[in-house]
Amino acid sequence: MAILLNRSTRVIVQGFTGKIGSFHAEDMKRYGTKLVGGVTPGKGGQTHLGLPVFNTVKGAVRETRAEASIVFVPPPFAADSIMEAADAGIKLCVCITDGIPSQDMMQVKRYMRRYRFEDRMRLVGPNCAGVITPGQALMGIMPGSIYLPGRVGIVGRSGTLGYEAASQMKALGIGVSTSVGIGGDPINGSSFKDILQLFERDDDTDAVVMIGEIGGPQEAEAAIWARDNMRKPLIAYIAGLSAPKGRRMGHAGAIISAFGESAQEKVEILKEAGVVIVPTPASFGEVVADTLARTKQAA
Amino acid sequence: MDIHEYQAKELLARHGVHVPRGGLAYSPEQATYRAREIGGSKWVLKAQVHSGARGKAGGIKLCSNDEEISNAAEAMLGRKLVTHQTGPRGKLISRLYLEEAVDIAQELYLGFVLDRKEERVMIVASAAGGMEIEDISEKQPDSIIRATVDPGVGMQGFQAREIAFGLGLESNLIGKATETILGCYQVFRDYDASMLEINPLVVTRDGSLVALDAKMSFDENALFRRPEISELRDKSQEDPRETFASDRGLSYVGLDGNIGCIINGAGLAMATMDMIKIAGGEPANFLDIGGGASPERVAKSFRAVLGDKNVETILVNIFAGINRCDWVAEGVIKAIREVGVDVPLVVRLSGTKVEEGRKILADSGEAVIVADTLAEAAEKAVAAWREATKNKKAA
Repeated sequence: MAILLNRSTRVIVQGFTGKIGSFHAEDMKRYGTKLVGGVTPGKGGQTHLGLPVFNTVKGAVRETRAEASIVFVPPPFAADSIMEAADAGIKLCVCITDGIPSQDMMQVKRYMRRYRFEDRMRLVGPNCAGVITPGQALMGIMPGSIYLPGRVGIVGRSGTLGYEAASQMKALGIGVSTSVGIGGDPINGSSFKDILQLFERDDDTDAVVMIGEIGGPQEAEAAIWARDNMRKPLIAYIAGLSAPKGRRMGHAGAIISAFGESAQEKVEILKEAGVVIVPTPASFGEVVADTLARTKQAA
Repeated sequence: MDIHEYQAKELLARHGVHVPRGGLAYSPEQATYRAREIGGSKWVLKAQVHSGARGKAGGIKLCSNDEEISNAAEAMLGRKLVTHQTGPRGKLISRLYLEEAVDIAQELYLGFVLDRKEERVMIVASAAGGMEIEDISEKQPDSIIRATVDPGVGMQGFQAREIAFGLGLESNLIGKATETILGCYQVFRDYDASMLEINPLVVTRDGSLVALDAKMSFDENALFRRPEISELRDKSQEDPRETFASDRGLSYVGLDGNIGCIINGAGLAMATMDMIKIAGGEPANFLDIGGGASPERVAKSFRAVLGDKNVETILVNIFAGINRCDWVAEGVIKAIREVGVDVPLVVRLSGTKVEEGRKILADSGEAVIVADTLAEAAEKAVAAWREATKNKKAA
C-alpha cells in the first residue's frame, strides 16, 4: 500500500478557507485524495468546497474520523496548529508552511513526546512539498501529473528537485510508490532515516531515491542506518556542490556550518556506507534504471 | 541575520553579562572623545563589521593616547576589512567601538547554538578560549564541555553551575559565571537567536568575568515577532546584490561566477548550479523565485541578476508545480523588452502549462535559447557563455 498515505486515508486541511489552503484542497480532491473537511477557527459550521468546516481539529476528528491533516497555516501560528493536530489524535500531519521559527519547532518536537510512541503523530515537514502516493492520493503541493505509479520510493528535502527526479524516472517508464518531501528547515518532523525505515518495510517499494542537500546531519545518519539495516538499494543525490560555507541557500536549513555538512563530505559519507550516488542532477533517471536492472539480475 | 558586536553587548549587558565600558564612534574625533568618557589609560578600538577574525585583518588596535586612537580610527573608517570570513570583497567599516582595555588573566570560550541533531539549544564551553571553536575542537577536543536545554523548562541553574565548575573557575567566580551563562541563554531564547558566541570570555587580573567579544545571529523566520532585533539590521554589511533582491522578496545569494541563475525552489536552484559547474561553468548566484511567481516577479529577478556586472549569460530553469510556465515565459519576454537583456539567455521550462510557455517564447521572436532538460540547459548556457566571452575578447 505504499507508505503514509493511500486512497482511503481520511484527510482534513488546517487553514482550509484561506487562499492557499483552498487552492490546494481543490487540487488534492481532484487527484483523488479522500478529503473529509477542514479547520478554520471561527468558521465552524460553514461549508467550503462542498466540505464541512470545523473550529477545532478535535471537532473535525470527532465528526469526520480524520486520520491525517495538512497544514497551510501562516508561519506565526503554524506550530500551534501542528500541536493541535497531535493533541486531537491525528496520525499523520503534513506541514507545508515555510518560515516557522526554529524555537517553535523545538517546542513542537518536545510537545509531541508527551504521547507514547505508538500513539504519537507522525509529522512530515514543515517547509515541504508534502506526500504523494501516485495514482491514489496527494497530500501536498506537487503537480500530480509528473509521477507515474510504481515501485520506487522518493524522499527529499526539496520540492522542485524531487519533481525533476520523478520526471526523469517517468521518462524512462519508472514509477513511484510514494514520494515524501521532508522539507528544508533545520528542525523537521520526519528525518531521512525515519522515512527510509518506512520504505524498507513497505512491500510495494523495491528501491529508494534520497535527495539531500548541504547542511545538517540527517543524510549521514540515514546512510549509517541504511548500511546496517537496509536490504533495498538506496540511491542518493546531494545538492549544493557549488554552495559556499556559512551562506544560507534558500532553505533555512541549507547552510554549511559544521564538519561533514558540505555536499562533497556528505557524498563521501554516503559512498562509504555503500549508497549508490547519482553524480549529477541530470542522471536520476539512468542511475535508478541501472540500479533496478542490476538488482533484478542479482535476484 | 547578524548584528554588530556593540549591539550584542548591549543586549547581553541588560541580562547580567559584564562587558567592558565602551562607546560607539563614527569619526576619529568622536573616538578620542569616547576615550575621555570611558576614562583609564589604555583602550581598544574595534572595527564594527559582521565578521570574526578582525584582529588579524587589522580591525582591532590597542591604543594608549589620543593620537593613536585618532590615527587608528582614520585608518579603519571607510576601508573594507577583508577577513577569511568576509570573502575577497570585504566589509565596509563605518562604525567603530572604543572599549577600555582589560587586563586578561584567562581566556574562555562560551557559545550557544541550535543543535540540529539534538533539536535543542546547545551550550558549548571551553577553558581554551581565544582561538576559533573549529581550532579548539581540533587541538583541544577534551576541553570542550557541552550541555543541551530542554525547551519545555528552559536552562536550569545546575546546568550553568556544571559548566562553570567544568571550566575550572575559582570558587569566587562560580556565581558570576552561572549568572553569565544563564543571562546568555535568556538573551538567546527571548530574542530567537540562532547563534551566540562569546570568545573570549575573560577572567581579569582583578578577578571579574567579562565578555570581551560577542557575536550574535538571529533566526530570520522569527524576526516578525522581534522588531527590536529587525531594527539592528545593517545593510552596509550585506552584499548589495543580496539587499536588492531581499528587499523585493527574492531569495538570492551572490557568488563569484559569470552565469546568472533564475530558478524556482532552493533544491533545484542548488542542483542547477551544480550542473553548471559540472558542464564547466561557474554560477554567479543562487536565486529562488519561489512559488506562484507572476511575470512581474520574473522580470524583477532579471533586474537582480543583471545588477551583477560579472553576469555574462543567464540560465532560467523552472520546474513548475504551483508556478505556471506561461507566466514565467511572459516574465522572460517582459524582462527582455523592459529591463533589456544584453547577454545570452537560456530558458528551460517544465511542468504546469509548459506547452503554453514554450509557445510564448517561440512566438515572441526574441533571441531565447530553449532547452528541454536540465543537462541540456546547463550545457547550452556554458556553450553560450564561452561563445560570448570569446567574441568579447575578439572585439
